[in-house]
Amino acid sequence: MSPTNRTVVVTGIGATTPLGGDVASFWEALVAGKSGVSLLEQDWAAELPVRIAAQIAVEPSEILPRPQARKLDRSAQFALIAAQQAWKDAGFTAKAGEDQSANPDRVGAVIASGIGGVTTLLDQYDVLKEKGVRRVSPHTVPMLMPNSPAANVGIELGARAGVHTPVSACASGAEAIGYAIEMIRTGRADVVVAGGTEAAIHPLPIVAFGNMMAMSKNNDDPQGASRPYDSGRDGFVLGEGAGVIVLESEEHAKARGARIYVEAVGQGISADAHHITQPEPSGNGIAHALQNLLDNTDLKPAEIVHVNAHATSTPQGDVAEIKALRKVFGDDVDHMAISATKSMTGHLLGGAGGIETVASILALVNRTAPPTINLDELDPEVNADVVRGEARQLPEGQIAVLNDSFGFGGHNVVLAFRTV
Amino acid sequence: MAATQEEIVEGLAEIVNEIAGIPVEDVQLDKSFTDDLDVDSLSMVEVVVAAEERFDVKIPDEDVKNLKTVGDATDYILKHQA
Repeated sequence: MSPTNRTVVVTGIGATTPLGGDVASFWEALVAGKSGVSLLEQDWAAELPVRIAAQIAVEPSEILPRPQARKLDRSAQFALIAAQQAWKDAGFTAKAGEDQSANPDRVGAVIASGIGGVTTLLDQYDVLKEKGVRRVSPHTVPMLMPNSPAANVGIELGARAGVHTPVSACASGAEAIGYAIEMIRTGRADVVVAGGTEAAIHPLPIVAFGNMMAMSKNNDDPQGASRPYDSGRDGFVLGEGAGVIVLESEEHAKARGARIYVEAVGQGISADAHHITQPEPSGNGIAHALQNLLDNTDLKPAEIVHVNAHATSTPQGDVAEIKALRKVFGDDVDHMAISATKSMTGHLLGGAGGIETVASILALVNRTAPPTINLDELDPEVNADVVRGEARQLPEGQIAVLNDSFGFGGHNVVLAFRTV
Repeated sequence: MAATQEEIVEGLAEIVNEIAGIPVEDVQLDKSFTDDLDVDSLSMVEVVVAAEERFDVKIPDEDVKNLKTVGDATDYILKHQA
């Protein structure tokens, strides 16, 4: 096979999420239909119109050494934890080079975040105002820059083939994984650590999203607030965390005897060119991305049995995605079990594509589609087979999953994975 | 009241422990901040700011580059503390 058309596989997965601090606990809670959303007990939240969020299950301070953690924004802490899990899960025992099965010159890192080090930026501005110039941390710039999670993961794992941070709001994590697939497919790297992270649970982002009317204000029922596809949905619930995977050329993985989870079939990308925050309502922009996926890969609609939908619980977005699936796949949508895992995890913005890719891979490996919770009354415009209430078994044989991610700005990214 | 040499080393050790995680007993007069104590140039700025507050001393940026070891910093603070 030519170096520009190499098969890409997934050999490691890692996650730290509102449902659990590692992949096993995350998956267990997803399949059980648990909500990670809770009331914000912090003092600063008391007077806010939105007082709910999906907060991380295991604080990074319980895992990272303090001297390392204090030089990292929370988003980079999440990314580093998830990346270390994924790297170890892929069978590497030390950073590239020290573990000789990975050549650092052939290892890349692509980690994205939608907003970057926003809590560092805002906290240090408070320090400047309250304590003066001298007290602003000299680590502020390397902590707040959006490429900081990728750069820190790259340093930690010895990635020298290239370190990148695509930014496309809530599509960022998926775009990072798509970018990583291309790095391997085109021969720039043999192994790439890729995913998304976000840490934006802070009064300013919460108030700002709230003022856009984008967030659920269902403070009285935190666990019932994120309700994709339900007629009563009133916006997304902000979540935090990271999901990171190890992608590898099939050739490289087989040569070192690595366990292969799934094939990363490829990606479809498009842009709406419509509105800075609203999705193109007919679903044409998303449909274009889905069509690109089919045109650029050997994926067949018949083998797609599951979709981890973007479905954030906003009135417009949830419907546009279903319309797009119908446009491109027609009746084939009927055999696709659609899951909106944001009903449980909340919306991790740039981290969403990361943890939802991990969920998609696990759905294939375990042949189980996680449920969509809080779906009491299906929106009549959602004419698709949504997995409601309980997890559902997926068919035997070769099957594939789609992971959809869309972002403010009109970014559409669809990733496809397939059993091996 | 001005701090003694012993008190300054003890204070610097606590600061370096907080910032770089180095055990306090390893912070000795002959130790280099960058080579021995895992304090890079950015963390050195933090050490300096913390030392200024603790020992009521001003350490201008142009003097920081001369503070290579814990001994250098201790001497500087002994001479310049208010």
